[in-house]
Amino acid sequence: MNPTYDVAVIGGGIVGAAIARLLGGTPLSTVLVEGRDDVGDGTSKANTAILHTGFDAKPGTLESELVARGYHLLGSYASEVGIPVERTGALLVAWTEEQLASLPSLLEKAEKNGYRACRLVDADEVYRRVSALAAGALGALTVPGESIICTWTTNLALATDAVNRGVTLLRGKRVTGVTGGALRFDDGSSVAARWVINAAGLGADKIDELFGYDRFTVTPRRGELFVFDKLARPLVPVIVLPVPSKVGKGVLVSPTIYGNVMLGPTAEDLDDRTATGTSEEGFAFLRTKGAELMPTLLDEEVTASYAGLRAAIDRDDYLISLDEDQRYLLVGGIRSTGLTAGMAIAEHVVSLLSDHLDVSARPGLPPPPRMPNIGEAGVRPYQDAALIAADPAYGQIVCFCERVTRGEIRDAFASPIPPAGLEGLRRRTRAMNGRCQGFYCGAEVQALIENEGETR
Amino acid sequence: MSEHVRVAVVGGGPAGLTAAAALAPQVDGTVLVLERERETGGIPRHSDHPGYGMRDLRRFISGPAYGRHLTERAERAGARLETEAMVTGWAADRALEVTSPRGRRTITADAVVLATGARERPRPARLIPGDRPDGVYTTGQLQQLVHLHHRDVGRRAVVIGAEQVSWSAVLTLREAGCRTVLMTSEYDRPEVYAAFDRPGRLAFRVPVRTRTRVVAIHGRGRVEAVEIEDLRTGRRRRVPCDTVITTADWIPDHELARLGGLRLDPGTRGPRVDATLATSGDGVFAAGNLLHPVDTADVAALDGRHVATAVLAHLRGAPAAPRGVALVADAPLRWIAPQLITPGGPAPARGHLLAWVDSYHRFPTVTAVQDGHAVGHTRLAWPAAPGRVFRIPHALVRRADPAGGPVHLGLK
Repeated sequence: MNPTYDVAVIGGGIVGAAIARLLGGTPLSTVLVEGRDDVGDGTSKANTAILHTGFDAKPGTLESELVARGYHLLGSYASEVGIPVERTGALLVAWTEEQLASLPSLLEKAEKNGYRACRLVDADEVYRRVSALAAGALGALTVPGESIICTWTTNLALATDAVNRGVTLLRGKRVTGVTGGALRFDDGSSVAARWVINAAGLGADKIDELFGYDRFTVTPRRGELFVFDKLARPLVPVIVLPVPSKVGKGVLVSPTIYGNVMLGPTAEDLDDRTATGTSEEGFAFLRTKGAELMPTLLDEEVTASYAGLRAAIDRDDYLISLDEDQRYLLVGGIRSTGLTAGMAIAEHVVSLLSDHLDVSARPGLPPPPRMPNIGEAGVRPYQDAALIAADPAYGQIVCFCERVTRGEIRDAFASPIPPAGLEGLRRRTRAMNGRCQGFYCGAEVQALIENEGETR
Repeated sequence: MSEHVRVAVVGGGPAGLTAAAALAPQVDGTVLVLERERETGGIPRHSDHPGYGMRDLRRFISGPAYGRHLTERAERAGARLETEAMVTGWAADRALEVTSPRGRRTITADAVVLATGARERPRPARLIPGDRPDGVYTTGQLQQLVHLHHRDVGRRAVVIGAEQVSWSAVLTLREAGCRTVLMTSEYDRPEVYAAFDRPGRLAFRVPVRTRTRVVAIHGRGRVEAVEIEDLRTGRRRRVPCDTVITTADWIPDHELARLGGLRLDPGTRGPRVDATLATSGDGVFAAGNLLHPVDTADVAALDGRHVATAVLAHLRGAPAAPRGVALVADAPLRWIAPQLITPGGPAPARGHLLAWVDSYHRFPTVTAVQDGHAVGHTRLAWPAAPGRVFRIPHALVRRADPAGGPVHLGLK
């Protein structure tokens, strides 16, 4: 007979995984349910991967509080478990007099949010920091704490930690119904749980309806972005952010944790929650924006283009709400700041549960996982002479562009949450994410996937 | 760990292997070829059909046989070939960082020959929007899937491009039981040699649509269709298929050249070289399709033979800085290689300047203009056609002033 869990968490993104990890540290039995075949395969995989200080949040909101708290929580967790982070800092660049005039108020807003490191700098300073920027910048606000982070490793670390702590992870189980303390899945199976936490991201409103609510709608907002070749990285040493304005959101150009440059995202509201395709309009928009921001960037090769869906809702804050009667907790409206805020959201959720459940710390927790480094700034296995000497598989480079070794691919398949296919392997190792997109290694990587990391 | 060799050749394809075979008997010390794949031989290893070795070996053999032949010849000449050894960067001038299962080490060399080749631009670099389903491959990936891994591909393919390599993709697809339902070319006529095109179309019954581009790929999970646009009319339609091959649109694998700070040519995107194939880096030379993306494998190989003269001169202590007057490609020429030439000095490989054109010219006349004065023109008996290298006799620029300004090459 199936066990009855104390808590079921729906959604294996950053937020769901962070909640499951904390619950795993209590005496409660927890199941983490993911509708797709891998954790972190929804909105969490395709955000802009910035560890936000929260300088530009709306002061006084729950989001502002949790982003600021999450920034520190995730920052220290990242160094503990080996999530790649680069403390690049950001520049909010003003291109018009109107934007320039708005910078002091953004500085004040940052201070209201408790972030006091921002400074106003002139155009000379802007070009000293980012010399490849197009002509015409008038000045900028610096945000030294804004950083880039590996969103894939963050999600995987939190989920791995949860599993190591005894949380049951179910993948490929899409919730289709809720009846009498049981979740029904699309494959006909079900699990019983006393409490249900809805962290379903893009699907959160549909789950909420299953509990009889009609309080918000998730509008999928498509963001398309270009990832440029690593050879472009020296052009963009810091995150270059647009100044928010009423006439539409600008795009940012940012270094990525894998050593590339990212341009985007577009922002387009859609109806279709599965529309992760890219569009001609989006590409044209990005090329125009890229030419305005940094013309030399467009001479570089585009390594990848993505479309991510953000779970925008019709309100200005996170929507976290507990329903004692149905023993149900909604974690909705978590937009792209959720990467940074995730661990703080989990704390908040667990404190809400503490009136109803025993969430005391359980002794004898396993140590946090040590994640493989896929960040470009740290030492990768192919560079590590001692590691290769101990295990030659780390000297056997399979994916040349990203320098991914057979040892790393083997390890991914032997890990607590092995990849379900190529996409999952890409997020764990970077295999096939490079400039050739499989011209050289595609066939070899496919063979390794079919043999779960073992060579023919 | 570090090791010193006389000559390090980066890349064990036709150019690298041929350079090593030419150098090894004449160099006192080690000539080391570093190849990152499991086997040497380069791209021809994936093309299991005849057509290789005509210009360099006077033979007509298959790609894999050609790769084996060049490998054996380099080994017999005394070169050391190391596979699964990837050069990941430079530790200093002529000092290479190398990763292999045998360890991580630095190899210093008195001379370095870059022969890293070229690859096809994959879909993202071509900015083809749409879904991201399985079943979209470059020719390189397709041929490895089919020839090296014996995999199944789909049943109905659309091939983007109509160059020589595109027909090679069609052959591979056919071998794997996949029918090519359409080839598309943005040019107004198919790019390949007429000799390949006509019989190709007749033998395989492949419809070729010119002035057509693929504007989107559709499919959830697996490719379901592509959307094509007629560039003349703007009309669009869907073509159902389960496989898409993006062919040609070559870019040199120039990462090491760029990381090493070598001066690059904006046209080829490979290192800028003189007629002897010296780059801007002291003691660093280049050969093969890294310099001219792409010519046939045998022409790449002959670069390898050609570069040996300058490498040996450098090892004897002669200064090897690239020399000559600059050549500039004027439209419709997209690029020209080499980019420096000394009138009356050493001839480029095979006596040819190599160029790429963006439009078709049946009877091209090539002009050379220096400092506002015509210094040469030549009418050629072969067409200049997009999608393949256009060869120009270097005698065209023999009357240029060695001390003058850049020589502009154009078509009339």
